[in-house]
Amino acid sequence: MKSQPIDTYASELAEDVRRAVADGSASGYDRRAASLFSDFEDPDFLRRTAGDVKQHTLENLDTYLAQTEDRLKENGVEVHWAGDAEAACRAVLKIMRDNGATKVVKSKSMATEEIHLNDFLEREGIESLETDLGEFIVQIDHDHPSHIVKPIIHKNRQGIARSYEREGLGAYDDRPEVITARARKFLRKKYLEASVGLTGANFIVAESGRLVLVTNEGNSRFCLAGTDIHIAVVGIEKVIPRDRDLSLFLSLLGRSATGQQLTVYTEFISGPRAEGQPDGPRQMHVILLDNRRTEVLASNCRDILRCIRCGACLNVCPIYRQASGHAYRSVYPGPVGAVLSPLLAGEKFSELADLPKASSLCGACKEVCPVNIPIPDLLLRLRDKAKHEGIKSPGTPPMGGWAYLASQPTVWRASLSAGRLMNLMPLNLIPVPALRAWTKSRQLPEWRGGAFRKWMKTRKIGGKDS
Amino acid sequence: MIAVDRDPSPGKKVQLMATCLCDSFFDDVAVATVEVLEYLKCEVTFPEEQTCCGQPAFNAGDWKSSRKVVRHCVKTFAGDEPVVVPSGSCAAMVFHGALLEFEEESDLPEVRQLAGRTWEIADFIVNGLRVAEWPGKFPAKAAFHRSCHTRETNSGAATRTLLESIDGLELVPFGEGEQCCGFGGTFSVTFPNISAAMGKLKLGNALKENPEYLVSGDMGCLLHLGGIATREGKTIKTRHVVQILRDSLRNGGLIP
Repeated sequence: MKSQPIDTYASELAEDVRRAVADGSASGYDRRAASLFSDFEDPDFLRRTAGDVKQHTLENLDTYLAQTEDRLKENGVEVHWAGDAEAACRAVLKIMRDNGATKVVKSKSMATEEIHLNDFLEREGIESLETDLGEFIVQIDHDHPSHIVKPIIHKNRQGIARSYEREGLGAYDDRPEVITARARKFLRKKYLEASVGLTGANFIVAESGRLVLVTNEGNSRFCLAGTDIHIAVVGIEKVIPRDRDLSLFLSLLGRSATGQQLTVYTEFISGPRAEGQPDGPRQMHVILLDNRRTEVLASNCRDILRCIRCGACLNVCPIYRQASGHAYRSVYPGPVGAVLSPLLAGEKFSELADLPKASSLCGACKEVCPVNIPIPDLLLRLRDKAKHEGIKSPGTPPMGGWAYLASQPTVWRASLSAGRLMNLMPLNLIPVPALRAWTKSRQLPEWRGGAFRKWMKTRKIGGKDS
Repeated sequence: MIAVDRDPSPGKKVQLMATCLCDSFFDDVAVATVEVLEYLKCEVTFPEEQTCCGQPAFNAGDWKSSRKVVRHCVKTFAGDEPVVVPSGSCAAMVFHGALLEFEEESDLPEVRQLAGRTWEIADFIVNGLRVAEWPGKFPAKAAFHRSCHTRETNSGAATRTLLESIDGLELVPFGEGEQCCGFGGTFSVTFPNISAAMGKLKLGNALKENPEYLVSGDMGCLLHLGGIATREGKTIKTRHVVQILRDSLRNGGLIP
């Protein structure tokens, strides 16, 4: 029987990787709960409010985007609209070529992962260097991030030390402080060589045109300290209406992501270097990325665009913990990825239509989501969409016959009794795939179909026959 | 909260939705539900035409098939009486899942009407009948697995209220208590490896505390966890919450 790709991936995953992913995500979950519940009386109220603010913004995105563009321009920022990944990559390249730039230092950004910017720039002969420690390690390994906040959750320090040795970054030494110091030393001179600093944005405020970046390593500041040009690639769903809304979102983001009250660095960027300012990029460009977000907005899964990329749903997800991020075969893994990735795939939806199936629908993701996205409902809607489009789903039992049975009470009752025949058979010989999948690791109890109905009919209530 | 608005005083004439799992495997859970409700002076009717809530097809993504079953369910449980279910999962299917798949159907109001009077059993006892303490006794150590479909509903807290008030019953907390057991309906057969791994994790965490009973409000979870335990030769008795309530009454001599 054909299996679900994510289930197969999980069963073949190396035990040390599974351990690393499970431990890393579980500790993230514990820290989140501790920080949210110790600081706020009713964190759920905050989550719901943040969700409402984001939903409101999405439902009025046309207005807020126009406002954002106006403010950005007033602040001296050049605004570029990118319909798809190709357009966004080309916009970055054009800015670089126009300015004779050949090197770019990058701060961590999921949007640039999504458009595969590094590969594009490399093909165009431009050196694009990741400066976030995790992303840096991913880059030297030609690997992919497996978590949206902790890109190397699947790696251990021994493997990283070996990669460093291979790349000539120093003899094998797996102490974390050595690994960090070596990256730091290598990157320092790179910041000075590059003329372009590239970032994403966690939020962009419509009323002020303010870009907000949260990081823990300070690398995004370095990316903007020595460079002449700042390019930010920002998904159009990152807009929030007012500066004051940041109090809500920043309170939730750090805590949900890493259990921090605030990340170590929170940058508010309002434009390029102003007159009289001693440093900072002289040019600032914001590339507003659609890449099918407007299609998602038009779908019945638009709530997913509220996501602020905290990774809390990955950390809490029991399937993510068993399968790891790479099992999802896409930039966005875990519960949020299982919704977002197939939607962003557009006409290639069918290739990722199995992702929404990889959930027991336990709802833990919704419970921790800082913007209260009903992820299980969206997963279900996508399952319905896949079925509607006739996409085959390996291992899913056919439901038509069952639905017939369950809407014909007489037949239902007859089969309840007939099911008792199962007790006489060796279950492993019954050629029903679902039954085989069940009995591989689980016993099935005795079939007692109809026993309750019989009891209900023949019992005595208060001494009288019912 | 995912629960819909419900009549806070639903009354004591109730319809029992036994669930297809109790109809096929776990008749004693349905029996215990009747006995507990009757102890609480409820008049229980069992609509004979009932089959299933429609959840298997709903979760499998076959909403068309699922709606067929939900429509049958709506017809079977017609009327204004509360419908009581010994399963958080089936209850959530009726008051949440069905609404989702009927969003664009013309008979949404009928589905909503049923949703508005469907109760998971512990929720019904505590919040519908206002019973906060459970009589009798049940001297044992038990681990309570809050099934996932009771997230964001009143059922988890209601179950704890009842179990914690039982004389002699010790509820032991266990590691990663909020995690899913890995059953997930059709998920258990479409993702057999991950499902079993999750189940073993849950079972291992619970067994570390040496409970005599593993208790849940959903027989789906217990079918799965019990199935793994039996296969692996682990000794733990699985019980539905309502069986504990019934046995507590029996132990206290309150019912025969």
